[in-house]
Amino acid sequence: MPQTVAVIDYGSGNLHSVAKAIEHAGSCRVLVTSDMNEIRSADRVVLPGVGAMGDCMHGLQDRGLDSVVLDFIQEKPLMGVCVGMQILTEFGEESSGVDALGVFPGQITQFSKSMKCPEGRPLKVPHMGWNELLQRPHPMWAGIGDRTRFYFVHSYRYADIKATCVAGTSHFGAPFVAALSRPNVFAVQFHPEKSHDAGIRLYRNFLTWDGTC
Amino acid sequence: MGLAKRIIPCLDVDQGRVVKGVQFEDIRDAGDPVEVSRRYNQAGADEITFLDITASHENRATTYETVSRMASEVFIPLTVGGGVRNTDNIRDLLLAGADKVSINTAAVFQPEFVKKAADKFGSQCIVVAIDAKQVEPGMWEIFTHGGRKPTGLDAVEWATRMVSYGAGEILLTSMDRDGTCDGFDLGLTRSVADSVTVPVIASGGVGNLDHLVDGVLEGHAEAVLAASIFHFAKYTIGEAKVAMANAGIEVRL
Repeated sequence: MPQTVAVIDYGSGNLHSVAKAIEHAGSCRVLVTSDMNEIRSADRVVLPGVGAMGDCMHGLQDRGLDSVVLDFIQEKPLMGVCVGMQILTEFGEESSGVDALGVFPGQITQFSKSMKCPEGRPLKVPHMGWNELLQRPHPMWAGIGDRTRFYFVHSYRYADIKATCVAGTSHFGAPFVAALSRPNVFAVQFHPEKSHDAGIRLYRNFLTWDGTC
Repeated sequence: MGLAKRIIPCLDVDQGRVVKGVQFEDIRDAGDPVEVSRRYNQAGADEITFLDITASHENRATTYETVSRMASEVFIPLTVGGGVRNTDNIRDLLLAGADKVSINTAAVFQPEFVKKAADKFGSQCIVVAIDAKQVEPGMWEIFTHGGRKPTGLDAVEWATRMVSYGAGEILLTSMDRDGTCDGFDLGLTRSVADSVTVPVIASGGVGNLDHLVDGVLEGHAEAVLAASIFHFAKYTIGEAKVAMANAGIEVRL
């Protein structure tokens, strides 16, 4: 019986590519679901997210899934993707401010408009495209070379690269956090499902990850 | 280190087949979109743009089905445009597997639609496509309907307005250059790129690899889009990347 991966569906856009990429990564049963019991009984959970952080947080809360996520990570591995990473922090400054799940300390802030690209012109936000990722040691990076590029699309970021939970950083105007980790939780700002072979490899690593850092 | 400039092959799709014309006419067949996108994915394309050039009502189902097949096996970003007129179209394309949706004509006739779309789905998935022609030196006007209808709108002002309405990216095509292989309209590209805060994709006119380099270095584009040079195997994506890297441009190799 293959393991089950629940991709949490809380009204946050397209989950088709996330589900397809996980299926492509290895032997597993992928459920795109908002059903609490299905999520609780899954072996692993992926928490995706696109769009506004506030909409994602409310989408999760309205379905009562915020506490399901917090309970799940006490026992089993969860992977957060893009806004799915952002809502695992404490707070986002998007809109008029969003209180988030607080799995990781720290907050999500906007790329500063005064930042410059290497050519000296103002940064183009959203940060959109393939950026290099500097890894910090973590089992989830197995088989993925340091400085491998991943696909990012976001206008807000986790800026505190000195936090102990940081598993990888990238650079856009200034360094920012590309991956966060703690026991049972690995969360990335980029989109593994859009990051070609490296992204598929990351999902494959997640399928065998024992939750340790 | 930092963000790579992107190379985006563009698939103009008509009734389920990739086609490519010269200045929007004289169409040649270039294959099955799923097959073509799979090939570009393996070759290292950074993204794929799919433009449904007929986009008639009867063809919508074919488009959704093709997009869905592409998204199931091509794990790089996919932008879909052509005939996007309302939020239902956008929702259906996103559900089929598009990552971004490109709005062109509908933005011109109902600018508020862009605002509504960005509010509902997020700026990150709303691309506004702009087709412009030079009307006098340093002035470009927006055209719709495949370049046939003038609108009286100034391209630079229009791009700025679309960004203020929530467009997350601008796909900028020079109608004068499209299909000519004479290179991008660098004046147009640079004028728009330097006026907006979001990424600009340069499009229309690529005939050789120097043109791609110029689009970034001279045109200040974040991404370059081309069709014919890749479809008809004049150059590979890999060769394009090497040419850009040799010119000092950061690319994903």
